[in-house]
Amino acid sequence: MNGTTDNTSEAQIIASILAGNTQEFHDLIRPHERSVYIMALSLLHNEADAEDAAQEAFLKAFRNLAQFRGESKFSTWLVSIALNEARSRLRRKKTLKMESLDDPPEGQGHVSPALLRDWREIPSEVLERQEFRLLLQEAVTDLPLIYREIFLLRDVEELSVNESAEALGITVASAKVRLHRARIMLQKKLVPQLKKANPKRRWFSWS
Amino acid sequence: MVIECKHVWDHISDYLDGTLPPEILEQVQKHLEHCEICSAILDSTRNILILTADERIFELPLGFSERLHARLEAEMRGISPAPSDTEEE
Repeated sequence: MNGTTDNTSEAQIIASILAGNTQEFHDLIRPHERSVYIMALSLLHNEADAEDAAQEAFLKAFRNLAQFRGESKFSTWLVSIALNEARSRLRRKKTLKMESLDDPPEGQGHVSPALLRDWREIPSEVLERQEFRLLLQEAVTDLPLIYREIFLLRDVEELSVNESAEALGITVASAKVRLHRARIMLQKKLVPQLKKANPKRRWFSWS
Repeated sequence: MVIECKHVWDHISDYLDGTLPPEILEQVQKHLEHCEICSAILDSTRNILILTADERIFELPLGFSERLHARLEAEMRGISPAPSDTEEE
């Protein structure tokens, strides 16, 4: 979870910034740096572009802070600014068209998980190894855009389904369907890979 | 009512989020009690979510924060976030 600032103190800081204590903006955004960067990266696929888009998004948020009404959470508002910024950069680069060709149309078919009865335990020590961290990162990055966005918001940045839907400008029902597919796609892709990459150890122990 | 594996898979995401309606939850739980395959799928999916949520998977580039705040510092001076036409409180 990003940040511990609750809505009340966030609202107080925002009021204070608008009253002229602009330095407090630095503290306001600290808990949200990673979400904004990661969402920009998920669209732009390039660290330097994503960093620049993230900076721009924070500046836009500062400029438009008076328009933040507190109806949504500040984090959701920030993420939607970041997504807009990244999308407009994509349009400028005209790569959006290429990306959308890769996206399967929504509502298509049934996704099935990987059927591996002997691999229910995935120990967290796999994360000690760089190769596994990369494997996980790439699996998420390789998801088609509509699944990648919802997965990152909900399962990596841990927004609620409703907040994720709001940030993406889609319905909650649609967010749930996409999230389900994203999770199953990742299970299907990662479980066999993680198992193959680590054959020596027997994870399975339910005897 | 007994449900098949395929139907259980459709509910994995809602099951993990705890958002299944009670009657479906009961069917899914009953199925999981006797189906090793589905419970392994559920556990591995849950584990994948735990792993991908780890903050080491998606990290900020080195120096990201410093560069961000330096740029904000430089550019915020010329910007007033307060609305120009609002009443004073």
